[in-house]
Amino acid sequence: MPIISVRDLVVEYGGRRVLNGLSLDIEPGEIMVLLGGSGAGKTTLMRHLLGLERPQSGSVIIKGVDITTCTPAELKRVRRSMGVSFQDAALFNSLTIEDNVALALREHTSLAPATIQLDVWMKLAALGLADCGKLYPQELSGGMRKRASVARAGALDPEILVFDEPSAGLDPPVAAGLDELILLMKQAFQMTIVVVTHELASAFTIADRIAMLYQGTFLAVGTKEEIRASQNPHIRQFLDRVPDNVTDAHVIETYFENYVRGPEVKR
Amino acid sequence: MANFVENVGKATLKRLDYLGGLTIGTWDTFRALGTTLPTGNRYRWKASIVQMLQIGVDAIPMVGLMAMCCGFILAMQGASELRRYGALSLVIDLVAVGFTREIGPLLTAIAVSGRSGSAFSAEIGTMVVTQETDTLEVMAFDPIEFVVAPKLLAALITVPCLTVVCNVCGIFAGWIFMFFSTHLGLKLYFHDVMETLVLRDVVSGLVKSLAFAVIIVLVGCMEGFRVQGGPEAVGQATTTAVVRSTFLVIVADMIFTAIFYFTGKH
Repeated sequence: MPIISVRDLVVEYGGRRVLNGLSLDIEPGEIMVLLGGSGAGKTTLMRHLLGLERPQSGSVIIKGVDITTCTPAELKRVRRSMGVSFQDAALFNSLTIEDNVALALREHTSLAPATIQLDVWMKLAALGLADCGKLYPQELSGGMRKRASVARAGALDPEILVFDEPSAGLDPPVAAGLDELILLMKQAFQMTIVVVTHELASAFTIADRIAMLYQGTFLAVGTKEEIRASQNPHIRQFLDRVPDNVTDAHVIETYFENYVRGPEVKR
Repeated sequence: MANFVENVGKATLKRLDYLGGLTIGTWDTFRALGTTLPTGNRYRWKASIVQMLQIGVDAIPMVGLMAMCCGFILAMQGASELRRYGALSLVIDLVAVGFTREIGPLLTAIAVSGRSGSAFSAEIGTMVVTQETDTLEVMAFDPIEFVVAPKLLAALITVPCLTVVCNVCGIFAGWIFMFFSTHLGLKLYFHDVMETLVLRDVVSGLVKSLAFAVIIVLVGCMEGFRVQGGPEAVGQATTTAVVRSTFLVIVADMIFTAIFYFTGKH
């Protein structure tokens, strides 16, 4: 039985359809990568998986609960089994790194303060941040902030972890380190991991399956090999890094012609 | 013509949307207020105490100084007219009643709106821009309970206290004027003040200050939650929060004054 099941998800913003009847099943313990270019609908899909927005129609079922129609109390219960690392880390700037990680443990568990302190230290140490607990987010580098946000996302040892563009803005060694960390978390804790990205190298390193999004529709959902072998022109363009033809030569020619002729002609 | 009707309709819907949001926000915040009490969630109570220091204690010098200036101004302006009728002693009544019923709560609300209302919208607006509010939701926290409720509890406690400070400072400034004008002693001055004031004056001022506290916190926080875009939007939200809360405070003041006027003895 899938741990996450998306059924006929339709999302519109101001009459513009952003997600066009998406359906997807994510099995427990797998790493599913949502791959696609800018504006494909990856982040919108992720926000619906997290219950941050309500769709026009369709359902998002997580651990048997439809989070598009459930009560706030049920949604809270589902969310306690999820952890999220946002693109810009989204750490609480008024709290130290230690407090950021400890927040959910303090408020959602009855663990003793000493146990929480030890747990937080272990999580930070596992991510190479053992000495950074007392620092504030603004005192850390981008890569360290990302790792701190991963530590916070994993604070309650959730069943589902969601990463939004984990490699964005990071140099290759740090990005590779994060990829390794994601694989390690899956192997060590059997977590179900959803990664939203447009980084091909990262996607093909970590994914068990890839869902390729294009203009709000899945072009393909399959293993890395299946996606690599796909002959769909949009997938090939994305994988082969072929640029979009965004410049219309005729429009540019007309503009310059009018510009040279002067304002009278333009009118 | 159709364009005009369309614009009026749009503007009306926008304002109704704002009022609806404010009403829902008020309801949700009052529902979450229990968690901020010492008997509720201890982290929210701690956050409330921090807010009390920021909204209340840190504002005492500013409110005190503003009240002294206004008290002095009111006494001087009143004296210049009352002196002509040989009723200089009525300056005491004017300052005492004026401050406890009206100027104290209003001046405090304007100071708190400028200091804290803007800070609330900037803080929450930044949290929205940096996805901290989304993170709170995903971590199974209610942003209203986590961010707004401690501020409301703190304001409900500190704004009336600040109003009392404002009243005392304003009335004291009235004595300074009277001392230099008529060499009136402090003891006699405060005796006259106590003779003038009735409990209803003080209570009406404090009731107003409670309403102003609710307006400042909810408008400030709501403007923060409505931020869309980048840092520029946070700046706009801050300005809007101060303008709207000051406007609503004055409207509420008029309504409360009318209620107290028509329900009081003449």
